[in-house]
Amino acid sequence: MNFFLGWGDEILLAITVTIRVALGALASGLLWGILVATAKLSRYKVIRMFGDLFTTVVRGVPELVIVLIVYFGGTITITNILRYFNPDVVYFEVPAIAAGIFSLSLVFGGYSAEVFRGAILSVQVGQIEAAKAVGMTSWMIFRRIKLPLMWRIALPGIGNLWISLVKNTSLISVVGLEEIMRVSTVANATTHKPFRFYAIAIIIYLILAILNTQGLQRLEMRANRGFRKVV
Amino acid sequence: MQFTTIMENLPEMLKGAILSIQLLVITLILGMCLAIPLAILRVQKRPIFWRPVHWYIYFFRGTPLLSQLFLVYYGLAQLEFIRNSFLWIVLSRPYGCALLTFTLHTAAYTANIIRGGIETIPFGEVEAARACGMSNALLYRRILLPRAFRLALPAYSNEVVGMLKGTALVSTITLVDLMGVARIVVAQTFAAYEMFITAACIYLIITFVITRIFYLVEYRLNRHLRPVKVKPLSLLKRPL
Repeated sequence: MNFFLGWGDEILLAITVTIRVALGALASGLLWGILVATAKLSRYKVIRMFGDLFTTVVRGVPELVIVLIVYFGGTITITNILRYFNPDVVYFEVPAIAAGIFSLSLVFGGYSAEVFRGAILSVQVGQIEAAKAVGMTSWMIFRRIKLPLMWRIALPGIGNLWISLVKNTSLISVVGLEEIMRVSTVANATTHKPFRFYAIAIIIYLILAILNTQGLQRLEMRANRGFRKVV
Repeated sequence: MQFTTIMENLPEMLKGAILSIQLLVITLILGMCLAIPLAILRVQKRPIFWRPVHWYIYFFRGTPLLSQLFLVYYGLAQLEFIRNSFLWIVLSRPYGCALLTFTLHTAAYTANIIRGGIETIPFGEVEAARACGMSNALLYRRILLPRAFRLALPAYSNEVVGMLKGTALVSTITLVDLMGVARIVVAQTFAAYEMFITAACIYLIITFVITRIFYLVEYRLNRHLRPVKVKPLSLLKRPL
């Protein structure tokens, strides 16, 4: 392909890296989100405070700062731990993909905790009382009653967060992961065509966003299939 | 922890924070000027008005701010006709590029928020305004826009905080904002935890101040909805 100046395959590979990072961060971020949401609704004040602290910090600090803290901070911490066991270790660098997935999952978790908290609160008390009456344990209540019921409420919020998560993967280019932005920068460094490659990158992100919006619309329609529309 | 590194670089970081805030404020003002006409066009019925704005909003909301910034800063400099035009006065500097990108970005988000505000206004108010014989311009100026601002304020405060976090990206195009200072010091001393956590704390403080300001503005704007303070009945004051 002449238009891509021989960078077509690298860009294609970069798209898969972006999608892998996004999916990895989504999976772990959903766990964070549910965990922190449960903490925020806990009976104990100390656990509630930890949950609130987590969401406040994650939502108040730029994503770029979190990415850099996890990447550089993680490198320092792991190097020190390894030195403790084996003094010969000089330097251990955290793989950019691991740091990226972890930091983005923190961001996703902080925001989705708020969404999940609202959704859990929307589950009617009667449903939970009924579950308790038939003798379900709290884990069973969560898995069989709360999770399926809150899913429909949480879906639009989680969908928005997923779209911004895909956009946030561009930040990991700063620590050198070979995703779309990074590959565009490298391609621009050798070919000196920044406009072309950044335009390609931006169009790829736009296509991803369009696909995601449509996929989410389908999911929402499916989740709402048992409910009649007001209008 | 090397506290001396933090203390030595704190003045520089605060200087960087001022650049961040300055960028944020200018961006928000320019963005708002652009967002209001966009929002009005977005709520029109004819597709020729709302469709271009819809795609403008979709483009800026659907793509990462970093890629927009790179396209403007690195990409536009490649084009000959941009370098020869008057735009080059703005675009030859990283500060101008950041301002332009952020303004267009926040205008898209803000226009969408204001549109949401306009659309939640009960239609009866529009009917009432029309019954009084208001023209379209008067309707927007006196009824729709003030109401929309009040309804959209909580969403707009989120956008302001999001934009503050967006300003951290200018450190990637050689501007020395709060994040830029932190990254330079980390490159020199490798004190990553100290510098980045200090930066995070400063960002948190700014975020806190922003949310407080919006809370106060909201409290003031909704004063007509607050319950009237009633003096306790003298009967209850009497010792029992």
